[in-house]
Amino acid sequence: MSTEARKPPPQIALKIRRILGGKAGWNGVAVQFAFAAILGWIGYEIVSNARANLENQHIAAGFGFLRNNAGFDVNQTLISYTGSDTFLRVFVVGLLNTLVVSVVGIFFATVIGFIVALCRLSPNWLLSRVGEIYVEVIRNLPLLFQILFWYLAVLAALPNPRQSISLFGIAFISNRGLVVPSPIGQSGLAPFLAVLAFGIVASLALHFYARRALFQRGQVIRIWPSVLALLFGLPLATMLVFGLPFTFELPQLRGFNFAGGSRIIPEFVALAVALSTYTAAFIAEIVRAGILSVHKGQMEAGSSLGLSRGATLRLIVVPQAMRVIVPPLTNQYLNLTKNSSLAVAIGYPDLVSVFAGTSLSQTGQAIEIIAMTMGVYLLISLLTSAIMSVYGWRVSRSLGA
Amino acid sequence: MSDVISSSFVRQDLLAERPAPVKTTGFIGLMRTRLFNSPTNILLTILGALLLWFTIVPSVKFLMVDAVWSGKDRAACLAENAGFAVGACWPYIQAKLPQLIYGFYPEAERWRVNLTLLLAVVLLLPLLIPRLPAKSLNAGLFFVAFPVVAFFLLHGGGIKGFGLSWTAGLLQLFDESIVGAGQALLTSSKTSAVGPLLWVLGSLIALLGTVIHWLIFPLTWLRDYIQGTGQSVWTDFAITAAIVCLIAFVLGGGVRTGGRALASSIATFVAIAIVIKLMDIDHGGLPVVTTNLWGGLLVTLVVSVTGIVTSLPIGIALALGRRSTIPLIRIFSIAFIEFWRGVPLITVLFFATYMLPLFLPGNFTVDGLVRALIGIALFTGAYQAENVRGGLAAIPRGQSEAAAALGLSWWKTTSLIVLPQALRHVIPNLVNSFISLFKDTSLVSIVALFDLLGSLRASFADPKWSTPSTAFTGFAFAGIIYFMFCFGMSRYSLFVEHRLNAHRRN
Repeated sequence: MSTEARKPPPQIALKIRRILGGKAGWNGVAVQFAFAAILGWIGYEIVSNARANLENQHIAAGFGFLRNNAGFDVNQTLISYTGSDTFLRVFVVGLLNTLVVSVVGIFFATVIGFIVALCRLSPNWLLSRVGEIYVEVIRNLPLLFQILFWYLAVLAALPNPRQSISLFGIAFISNRGLVVPSPIGQSGLAPFLAVLAFGIVASLALHFYARRALFQRGQVIRIWPSVLALLFGLPLATMLVFGLPFTFELPQLRGFNFAGGSRIIPEFVALAVALSTYTAAFIAEIVRAGILSVHKGQMEAGSSLGLSRGATLRLIVVPQAMRVIVPPLTNQYLNLTKNSSLAVAIGYPDLVSVFAGTSLSQTGQAIEIIAMTMGVYLLISLLTSAIMSVYGWRVSRSLGA
Repeated sequence: MSDVISSSFVRQDLLAERPAPVKTTGFIGLMRTRLFNSPTNILLTILGALLLWFTIVPSVKFLMVDAVWSGKDRAACLAENAGFAVGACWPYIQAKLPQLIYGFYPEAERWRVNLTLLLAVVLLLPLLIPRLPAKSLNAGLFFVAFPVVAFFLLHGGGIKGFGLSWTAGLLQLFDESIVGAGQALLTSSKTSAVGPLLWVLGSLIALLGTVIHWLIFPLTWLRDYIQGTGQSVWTDFAITAAIVCLIAFVLGGGVRTGGRALASSIATFVAIAIVIKLMDIDHGGLPVVTTNLWGGLLVTLVVSVTGIVTSLPIGIALALGRRSTIPLIRIFSIAFIEFWRGVPLITVLFFATYMLPLFLPGNFTVDGLVRALIGIALFTGAYQAENVRGGLAAIPRGQSEAAAALGLSWWKTTSLIVLPQALRHVIPNLVNSFISLFKDTSLVSIVALFDLLGSLRASFADPKWSTPSTAFTGFAFAGIIYFMFCFGMSRYSLFVEHRLNAHRRN
């Protein structure tokens, strides 16, 4: 008598029920129908009301307005822009301005944040208190308050260009913004850039080669002298052969304002300062938590293996701390990018300010413009979270291996 | 044996006294161990002291030493009149204080704002102290009753009907919309390629609308009849109270166990009646103060408290929806949460201000403050949903399985077993969200509402007080207010966290 394992019954009906209605079964299906009906009703109401309202206001729906002339000026543009350009170009100009202030803010926020975190972790009592005061004060004041403070109080209190504060005679700070020397490309620029790019690529390749050698053959290759030569020696040599890559045009006071040099508008300065100091307080807390999350035993184990303190930090503590730090850090970078939309309060021409602000009031195309603006930010954050989930997957894989 | 004895050693004299160990406690110990124990540390200490010296000393000098404390207008705060480099100009704050707190709220009516604030404090304080009893009653009063009372206190105005009329009105609106949709489909069926299909669909929807119309006819008839009588509010109130009490009695278990539900619902209605009578809501209530007159700290507090009260239910619903196994509801919740979390608040406020009015029927205007409140509630709700979801995930499966084994339904499992534990877990996170909400309320000043920051900015424009130090003084004052609120909340969150983790300490 042979006893074969019986196949379980297929239970197709049960599976369908589970897929369609979840654990609640047919009740779940009914709930979904009711929910879909309500959503459909709300959607219908929104569309029909919007259509009627737009008709009353004589606004044509659609994205055709993007090809119309904007007819207003923007006081900071990265690409050439005049008042006779289209709204589409306004959109791009605003987006680029948003990205610029975000990147600058992210850079300084990271630097300040790490410094403050080191202060807070320092064994020195006074310095850690100073770091704590910074974090508490900055975190408990609204960002908009800080932006307005920098813009309306601090920058407005600066002297006019004639009495501007000079930084070593190179850059000048006044209530019209920051004037810095502007680089002017010379004949040596192209070879210089090419050599620099080559140096960077070659150093990266060397780095990967050295790591491979270390991990696969256990061979230690000292690469820093050659990296130094590639990154600094080679460009210097090119400079000697082809001449200076660029010269700086120094700003000079002419009449009531500066001539020459490039001017960074005060709105940008205020926004960048406020964003980076504000986000730095949050980054400091993240970095501190990350470093504290590494167990003390790791440090002790490193030193018992004979590693120096620096090597232990670099090879053992920081890589483990990074795992904790990176996801919330990315979140903060994303927050900074989203917070840069507060530019509209002080008139820095970012995406929200020039597109959802000025363009909206000129065209009245509220639905299209706000949907586009929201879409941009949504895209940025969804992309970031996608990258972060890939990162998290890799980290969990490397932990599991 | 003698060998052993002679090799043993017994000390004959006392050891010399050793010096006392270096003191490691107290101020001296702190100096020795944490401030001046190595050259690097000495350098760092000097650096820290310098940092403090260049921030604290000028601030104190500005706020206290060099400050001008009294005066009539800007002349008092000018350096040439005061005779020294003027710091903070406090008379400016004194002059602008009513505007910074009440906005343009009429002076004669400001007692209403004060009373509302007092009510809020009286209800909130016992809620925050864990040792005090009757938390659920207190929470119900603060989260449900207080917003309604505060609305009638701050805004004023009265009501013409009560529950019955409102239900009838709402159902009628819904019915009209359904009939409208059916008619629209019928008219478009004449031109469309799939005309017959649309016609059938339209007829069905129109038929549904007619059926609903006849179903709710008794209700609408009763409403119209009550409106015809003189005492419409009180008749309506009595009928609503009777119906609700009856429903509570039946749902509570009828004659056997329904007494408690009946008593509590009767008590609720008596309380509502007292409030209506006291504030004269049935006869038009207090004089109406439109929201464009509100301003200053009042708007900041109204926006943040409304945000807190409305975002929590939204967040709980979305969090439960995101954990639901029903596909459509889960997908909708995820999309909703991720959408609002992915966009900056300022675009949400733009959305609420410029786009929302387009979505509403043309004859239906929404107040500017309410629009901003809707945007903030949706935005914060999405963030709260993630907090609540964290709490829900922290509850072991065994809890809901045990509840299921006892025969509790999903609703009872969720509301009696899972949610109370989950919410307790995430109180610190919720409070942290409230801190960021409180800070974010400052953004409403961008959409032309005058909250504390907006009023402050408006007051800078007054030529009567324009001095070099006006802006700094204003920011110092507003900063102190914001800091007090946020710092207080963050300390409270730490306190609750400490309390919740009491079992982990040893």
